[in-house]
Amino acid sequence: MKPVLVIGGGIAGLTAAVELADAGAPVILVEKSASLGGRVARMHQYFPKLCPPRCGLEMHYRRLRESQAITVLTLAEAVDVRGVPGDYEVDIKIAPRHVTADCTLCGDCAKACKAERADEFNYGLAKTKAAYLPHGMAYPMLYAIDRAACTAGCRECETACKYGAIALDAPPETRTYKIAAVVAATGWKPYDATKLDQLGFGKCPNVVTNVMLERMAAVDGPGGGRILRPSDGREPRTVAFVQCAGSRDEKHLPYCSAVCCSASIKHAAYIRAQYPETAVTIFYIDVRTPGRLEEFYARVNRDANLQLIKGKVARVEENPATHDLLVTAEDVMAGKKNTLQFELVVLATGIVPEPGWLPAGLGRDEFGFVSGSNGGFYAAGCARRPEEVSATVEDATGAALQALACARRGARA
Amino acid sequence: MSKLGVYICSGCGIGEALDMAQVSKVGGESKAAVCRTHAALCSAEGVAGIRADLDSGAVDRVVVAACSPRFKTEAFCFNHGTIVERVNLREHVAWCHKPGDEDTQMLAEDYLRMGIARALKTEAVQPLSNEISDTILVVGGGIAGTTAAVEAANAGYPVLLVEKEEELGGRAAASRKLTVSMEELAETALYHPRIRTYCSTEIRKIEGQPGMFDVTLGTVSGEQQVRAGAIVVATGWKPYDAAKLAHLGYGASPDVITNEQFERMAAKGPILRPSNGQPVKSVVFVQCAGSRDPEHLPYCSTVCCLQTLRQIGYLREQDQEAQVYVIYKDMRTPAQDERIYRQAQDHPMNFFTKGEVAAVKRWEDGRVAVTADHTLLGESITVLADLVVLAAGMVPNGTENILHLTYRQGPELPVLRDGFPDSHFVCFPYETRRTGIYAAGTVRSPMGEDQGRRDAMGAAMKAIQCVELASKGRAVHPRGGDMSFPSFFLQRCTQCKRCTEECPFGALDEDVKGTPKPNPYRCRRCGVCMGACPERIVSFANYSVDMIASMIKAIEVPEEDEEKPRVLALVCENDAYPALDLAGLKRQPYDANVRVIPLRCLGSLNIVWIADALSRGIDGVMLIGCKYGEDYQCHFTKGSELAAKRLENLKETLQRLQLEPERLQLTELAIDEWDKLPALFDGFVERMRELGPNPYKGF
Repeated sequence: MKPVLVIGGGIAGLTAAVELADAGAPVILVEKSASLGGRVARMHQYFPKLCPPRCGLEMHYRRLRESQAITVLTLAEAVDVRGVPGDYEVDIKIAPRHVTADCTLCGDCAKACKAERADEFNYGLAKTKAAYLPHGMAYPMLYAIDRAACTAGCRECETACKYGAIALDAPPETRTYKIAAVVAATGWKPYDATKLDQLGFGKCPNVVTNVMLERMAAVDGPGGGRILRPSDGREPRTVAFVQCAGSRDEKHLPYCSAVCCSASIKHAAYIRAQYPETAVTIFYIDVRTPGRLEEFYARVNRDANLQLIKGKVARVEENPATHDLLVTAEDVMAGKKNTLQFELVVLATGIVPEPGWLPAGLGRDEFGFVSGSNGGFYAAGCARRPEEVSATVEDATGAALQALACARRGARA
Repeated sequence: MSKLGVYICSGCGIGEALDMAQVSKVGGESKAAVCRTHAALCSAEGVAGIRADLDSGAVDRVVVAACSPRFKTEAFCFNHGTIVERVNLREHVAWCHKPGDEDTQMLAEDYLRMGIARALKTEAVQPLSNEISDTILVVGGGIAGTTAAVEAANAGYPVLLVEKEEELGGRAAASRKLTVSMEELAETALYHPRIRTYCSTEIRKIEGQPGMFDVTLGTVSGEQQVRAGAIVVATGWKPYDAAKLAHLGYGASPDVITNEQFERMAAKGPILRPSNGQPVKSVVFVQCAGSRDPEHLPYCSTVCCLQTLRQIGYLREQDQEAQVYVIYKDMRTPAQDERIYRQAQDHPMNFFTKGEVAAVKRWEDGRVAVTADHTLLGESITVLADLVVLAAGMVPNGTENILHLTYRQGPELPVLRDGFPDSHFVCFPYETRRTGIYAAGTVRSPMGEDQGRRDAMGAAMKAIQCVELASKGRAVHPRGGDMSFPSFFLQRCTQCKRCTEECPFGALDEDVKGTPKPNPYRCRRCGVCMGACPERIVSFANYSVDMIASMIKAIEVPEEDEEKPRVLALVCENDAYPALDLAGLKRQPYDANVRVIPLRCLGSLNIVWIADALSRGIDGVMLIGCKYGEDYQCHFTKGSELAAKRLENLKETLQRLQLEPERLQLTELAIDEWDKLPALFDGFVERMRELGPNPYKGF
């Protein structure tokens, strides 16, 4: 059987890859960044169980480590697919990691390195050296060197590495594989909060986004797990969540991003657990916690220090002296408009499908989500529609079956 | 006699932290055939050295004392079946303990001795090899079940599709509109060369195990026996019992109906008032009729908001002027479905309001009066309507009177919560506590038709995976690929039934006397039975009570006057062990008097190990496992919880032996709580110092 190509190493792609391999199909898993794990690796906890995503990731990684059936290519992107369902050829462009598989994780390269780069894993809240380990749950567990961030002419990491694992001059390469089908699990990115003019992001330091809050709460995040105000490093005593920051808004994202309500309720739960004195307010249009997430919402909502106000936030302004924030929002149920003060504001920014190359035959809907499943191409996860992890896993498992069927038909033909 | 090779790496700071000659001596003392150190064992040269010894026959099993077994897996993977034991001298020793320190050295030497003991107690696994049926049995011929059947058949697997009604279609057949045609889907299934469809058929009995389920079907022409390898349960949902919705006016007037009744009416023809057959000029849709209500259904039924919008659409097809009211708690139209809500809001005759329905009564003119409080209008409103539609919720229909399993632990899929049978919500939604049986669609969670179809494919994928893995003698999730399985030395069984009661997956049946009857293909290889057994008769070729006991024996316990307490930590290998690795990676120092042994699951903890440790003079024993309780994180659902129970029982015994119960402690730890480990270890060792040495030391 020819392998199935899975594009994207986030939870959808990982799931599809592992499920396919366990069903006996060989898999090529390509990920464009230096490590698998995608967005979930950056999350502090999942709702509704408030459990760490790494627990499930570790189970997938274990299968990857032990399975001979899965080829993992990082810093890799599919650039062209030719052929017919069951019998394609794909070109995969692989950017050099500049660190070989001889890397032992000893960390001497990062110690020797003097150049810094913005840490995308931490949504820019921290920096890493140009020689960096993507994160503590990276796969493959190897350092990488961001050549764009290197000091010109510097080769100190090369000297420092005792294992000959540095390859500063490695060129990019393109490999061609024969494949049977494609699962496109290209994922999502957060909506650019600087486009939300009225909400203060980028202008007021204490306005952060929901994905940034995940990193602030994570023990391996920039603050070691303590949620602190960016302006002064103080514990916030009042926190506001602005739901639908971009979503359900014709000017931004006309669709609902599906996960932000549950995410903000989760955030409220862990902020309240960390700071028993802190009051949390959520401004919402509708609270959307489908299925059993409703019980999670009901449980968190029993907290007297959590207040929900039905109303869209019109604007967020800053008191320049204190960096506190003034949130002006409707209170629909009371039929009035209020301005309330908070020490930290979290924008529940929505899900935007990752743009980029798709095999011909897969299209995009009016919002940019991948649609259709033409021949041997199947979309899965948040590339297809905004959804939470559990639904993503289901979706990816289903897409894996369709790809398997295509690969088996190809093998029989 | 096995020929052991011991290979010790001095790279990554191990050589700087330890006296390598002394470490290497431990290898020599073990009578290893080969014992060598290398400056970078994972390098091509280092690996080639090991391979050469294996190829020449100088060694036949290998201990690699280097980094964590979670890294460099590929480098240290030799020919199929070669026993490789990894000793973690890097993350668990060199990276988190004082270099050149006596205690660090003793720790490394103990770990090497323990690793050697483990390697010597490991036996080659003889995989299961039975004839495995690759047939997928799909129970339920609605949209989810039929989809699962067609997709599994398209992937090349024979399918048996069982439906209790006369025709395929289920509730979808009664719907007015679907994005796919149920009729076409049913036809595809009926004419598919790999699908055998049994309508008007029920499951009478299921015996056996994955790969060899013997299924008794009750058909119109009598009973029939079939064999299947794995099962998809797609028996759908039931509408919430409308009789319980009297508080929302059900029963007050024939013009108060449920969304399901509305759907059936709309599927057949025009929408008319049930009371008099007259056209409907005004409708109130009452959302969350039963759902999101602790008195009724605590969950959200997910589909009702969208279904109401669709039903408004049906009405609009016949009447643009009719007045429509929707009273909701929250309108839930996630993702791209938001556009449907927006379109509905744009219609001038549709009125949506948040509100709480206070009363629904028959009005004197025959219409129905609906009163709602706390509306967006800031007050209570009363609306008179020709028709009231209660958006009644979905009740799962997959765990009662469906499968009739002949399992010791009961005939159906065990329920986790609210009637849903899944066991690992979030990461592994298809897992149930019955191996090889996967729930699909609304059995698992409330969902709409589109998600239900994709979900059915996913469940079919899991079923296919199960037969594929079983045919290779391999376990399914979470130890996917594992070929070991428990064997029972039944001559010594006392029929105490602990194993058959505690197995989280119902793998063990019982004979009349209570002797366990193993079903290895149902087994997930967690070792809970091994931990439960007081007679220690359960073991795996590569994991046994004796093996862990030998590792404990390999720990050197210093004399009392040396003032070096010894603590044994038995930890879950899935979560606590990676957390320890991360503590190492982050160079978090902690007390070097702790000896860690990873277990498959804390549920495999056999209390004899604790007794062994204490009787050898070890001062205290820590157990570190996953969080348990309602939001458990255990991959085997209740391993740490079972360990906690065993520990509580043991503490009583301890008191009789005049040992302080504080010498035993169970801690729940998540995989990302590596930052808590140093304080946890240091604190426990400190308490052991305060308690003083274990009085059994030296006996």
